[in-house]
Amino acid sequence: MIKAVMVMNTQGKSRLAKFYEYLSVEKQQELIRGVFSVLCSRAENVSNFIDAESIFGLDSRLVYKHFATLYFVFVFDSSENELAVLDLIQVFVETLDKCFQNVCELDIVFNYSKIHTILDEMVFGGQVVETSSSEIMKAVEEISKLEAASNAISLIPKSASGWRSR
Amino acid sequence: MGSQGGFYQSKEFLDLVKSIGEARSKAEEDRIVLNEIETLKRRISEPDIPKRKMKEYIIRLVYIEMLGHDASFGYIHAVKMTHDDSLLVKRTGYLAVTLFLNEDHDLIILIVNTIQKDLKSDNYLVVCAALNAVCKLINEETIPAVLPQVMELLAHPKEAVRKKAIMALHRFYQKSPSSVSHLVSNFRKRLCDNDPGVMGATLCPLFELIARDVNSYKDLVISFVSILKQVAERRLSKAYDYHQMPAPFIQIKLLKILALLGSGDKQASENMYTVVGDIFRKCDSSSNIGNAVLYECICCVSSIYPNPKLLESAADVISRFLKSDSHNLKYMGIDALGRLIKISPEIAEQHQLAVIDCLEDPDDTLKRKTFELLYKMTKSTNVEVIVDRMIDYMISINDNHYKTEIASRCVELAEQFAPSNQWFIQTMNRVFEHAGDLVNIKVAHNLMRLIAEGFGEDDDNADTKLRLAAVESYLRILGEPKLPSVFLQVICWVLGEYGTADGMFSASDITGKLCDVAEAYSNDETVKAYATTALMKIYAFEIAARRKVDMLPECQSLMEELLASHSTDLQQRAYELQAVIGLDAHAVACIMPSDASCEDIEVDRDLSFLNDYIQEAIEKGAQPYIPESERSGMLNISNFRNQDHHEASSHGLRFEAYELPKPAVQSRIPQTLIASTEIVPVPEPMYPRESYQTTMPSIPSDAGSAELKLRLEGVQKKWGRSTYTPATSTSNSTSQKTVNGTSQGDGASTVSSMRETYDSRKPQVEVSHEKQKLAASLFGGSSKTEKSPATGHKAAKASSHVVEKSHVPKSSLEVASEKATPAQQPPDLLDLGEPTATSTALQLDPFKQLEGLLDATEVASAVNGAPAASRSPDIMALYADTAAGIHNKNDADLLSGLSNPSVTNMPGTTAMPQVTQSSSKGPNPKDSLEKDALVRQMGVNPSSQNPNLFKDLLG
Repeated sequence: MIKAVMVMNTQGKSRLAKFYEYLSVEKQQELIRGVFSVLCSRAENVSNFIDAESIFGLDSRLVYKHFATLYFVFVFDSSENELAVLDLIQVFVETLDKCFQNVCELDIVFNYSKIHTILDEMVFGGQVVETSSSEIMKAVEEISKLEAASNAISLIPKSASGWRSR
Repeated sequence: MGSQGGFYQSKEFLDLVKSIGEARSKAEEDRIVLNEIETLKRRISEPDIPKRKMKEYIIRLVYIEMLGHDASFGYIHAVKMTHDDSLLVKRTGYLAVTLFLNEDHDLIILIVNTIQKDLKSDNYLVVCAALNAVCKLINEETIPAVLPQVMELLAHPKEAVRKKAIMALHRFYQKSPSSVSHLVSNFRKRLCDNDPGVMGATLCPLFELIARDVNSYKDLVISFVSILKQVAERRLSKAYDYHQMPAPFIQIKLLKILALLGSGDKQASENMYTVVGDIFRKCDSSSNIGNAVLYECICCVSSIYPNPKLLESAADVISRFLKSDSHNLKYMGIDALGRLIKISPEIAEQHQLAVIDCLEDPDDTLKRKTFELLYKMTKSTNVEVIVDRMIDYMISINDNHYKTEIASRCVELAEQFAPSNQWFIQTMNRVFEHAGDLVNIKVAHNLMRLIAEGFGEDDDNADTKLRLAAVESYLRILGEPKLPSVFLQVICWVLGEYGTADGMFSASDITGKLCDVAEAYSNDETVKAYATTALMKIYAFEIAARRKVDMLPECQSLMEELLASHSTDLQQRAYELQAVIGLDAHAVACIMPSDASCEDIEVDRDLSFLNDYIQEAIEKGAQPYIPESERSGMLNISNFRNQDHHEASSHGLRFEAYELPKPAVQSRIPQTLIASTEIVPVPEPMYPRESYQTTMPSIPSDAGSAELKLRLEGVQKKWGRSTYTPATSTSNSTSQKTVNGTSQGDGASTVSSMRETYDSRKPQVEVSHEKQKLAASLFGGSSKTEKSPATGHKAAKASSHVVEKSHVPKSSLEVASEKATPAQQPPDLLDLGEPTATSTALQLDPFKQLEGLLDATEVASAVNGAPAASRSPDIMALYADTAAGIHNKNDADLLSGLSNPSVTNMPGTTAMPQVTQSSSKGPNPKDSLEKDALVRQMGVNPSSQNPNLFKDLLG
């Protein structure tokens, strides 16, 4: 099963952190720092896998992928396959890309809850439930539509989006 | 702004994110966040906040918590939001609670009701959000509250909901298998779901169920195979393709399941061969995901019943992986190779150069994986190269976790395959020097045992050489700063035992070094204790050799310091040292024989050597000993009187240790004292109290004697376990003599033949690359020379071991005791002390009379026992078993470990208060020592009495 999903930037700022087993806030921070310190010591052109047992305890592997300013990190146990998880990260990023047209770090920061929605469609309770980015997109769009409909009564000021689009 | 969808944020939030993003330091970030928390605290408790605003506050809270700050003040608001009717608000509420809360949080109780309601909602998105919360927030107790709804959802028309309901049920199974055990059949049913997505999701729980209990799912093999076949043949809709691969994630899960089902099952495996072979052929190896599937195929092939054709395909794929430029693929290749060499060891050879490349790769992950592979393929022919490499790597890394792991692997390999003692000691020295504090203490004990015993060759000369080499290396190493404690203990012990043994080094050299150690590591009491005892041994050997003993001034000052030490253990050792120095050569030779650490020490648990004495005393009208259990009334009195915590703690300790053997106590009492069993318990108020006060303080009591016992278990077995053969164990000692002779020859010849092959390879190797040299030493030996020499070597070792064991039965003692303890009711401390105590109870002043005797026993056993204990730690366990009241908890402190049990053995019954005092101030140690020598002789029974020992040891 998947133990944790993290997105952090190259400065070590956490952009998304989701743990599928409950951990205290302090512990989460400790793990995030631990992962970051390992990640930034990795050279270019090396494998995407890290033995994470010293950070996450027995039977944990870590797969990461570096996109522009972001690290995408999945932590999981021996019931998953490293290469497959690497592709799972690919699916996740592809989906984000479809959602935000050329996703960048800012999109992830500013659409915090949407990122969670997307991730929840892919990984559910630590298990991978959907691996097709178009299926995920469909589900997410439907959620957005319905949410917007249910919220139609209270109009939203557009100022925020105006600010973002600069 | 299409990308914004329904996820609106206000300018405030965006500003927050922006300013945090621009923060230059962690402090600045913290300040911004703390500000934000203040703002939110204020705002969030205002009345009548618009829902949209509230939603944003909660998102901000989630964000703050992700950054590591406490947002607990807002949890209740998140909970409230889950009750909202608006889908957007509700979903946000659920998202927040799943991130904020854990299943045991107090607020969960407020959510369960909402979840129940939402699971029944018409809106499938509400249902999904609720299911998401179910996965994270429902614990064992609340499962029944939502279980019926979740079960209904398994048949929901929306496949997304069915999928999530399955996952929720899976989660329940993970949390509490018993609460849903009657429902696991639903997973099987869902396997036939119309929607491939749901089917794929079902594989997750099935994988876990099968991993726990393979046999109940064998019937599904055919179904899984046919599903896999259909998937591989692209029968699923295009929507499930990923990078032109048909549903690769489903294929991977299925292959994992098949690997489990086919493991060791020929019939099941045969069903799988075709489909796995097909996948091997069809799989596109240019894409990442294709390789993922291929890798999974290799895992499957190496797990199921072997099929030559599939193994061949697997080997092909592995070589493709290893030749690839991608580090990821190399990594997978090394991992796969590690799996496959278990079945076909010969394939490692063709990849030797690739493996060496990986070993020298800058990528740490790959390097570690390669070391793992090397660890798996270590043999006696390549152990030197591999362990050498491993240690080099171990020295180069800082990660303590991995350092520990690799150190223990080095030790394990060295113990299993060591080609020579010399090499073993050198290797251990390196491991200790660089990772001494990380390795298990029993490794140190093993090393000491090896140095004391040698490898079991009869050649004393070789043993002496070995010891000399060890002593020399240690004297050299002592020059290094900051050695690990465990290593220092080994060094001190070896120096004490063998430092002066062959006259190379003078006593003053060695004692000087030992004093330096005690001084340099003055805050490590264990090391100091080892050093003190080592000093005592050196001086004792000097006295016994009738040489004049001049105590170095630094040694004298050390002793002065220790005599006043806060540690009672150190104090005791110092007093013992003082006492030994004052004795004459004969007495010292008796209590501290040279090189006697391997001698057998048999514990006379019944103290039968005292029987005559007791009989005599009873005849004179003394009262027999009354066991503690029959003295309960009186104990209460003493309890009552000594309510200080010393007393309480000593009781606590004893109580635990005694608990098990209690019933045996009563039945065994009469044996030695039949004449006087009818004695009424007579309270003797003075002795329990005194005994506690006097014995307790002198006994070091850190926590951990139990730990010690545990860790030392199985130490003996480590050594060449595979080499023992039960057959030889039955042969008698005369025939063994001859066996021994031949085996000696064999051993020598095989070793030399090994050398020859090893050497003869070298020239041809040096012609080419250095890498090839390494490769040859790693792999080359494996196929060419390995077979005959290796086994011959082993056999030789085995027989020599047998010989050693048979005529030096020392290590069988522990096995014997291990075996004997369960067989005959474990006698406990009461039992032990009983005879003595009985007699003392009678005498007018029993302590005075016994003092000398006990003192002697104690000193002697402490002194003699010490080396043996540090050598073969299992004896310790034995002591701990028998002298249940062992108070010595200082886990590394072996010496006192032995001396104390013998103290506690006797006074442990609370009958002998003076004993510990007298241990240091005994009035006439000389006489008593001689008595003790006799006692020892009586106590030491040849273990050949018990032929079963060997069977136990060797079998």
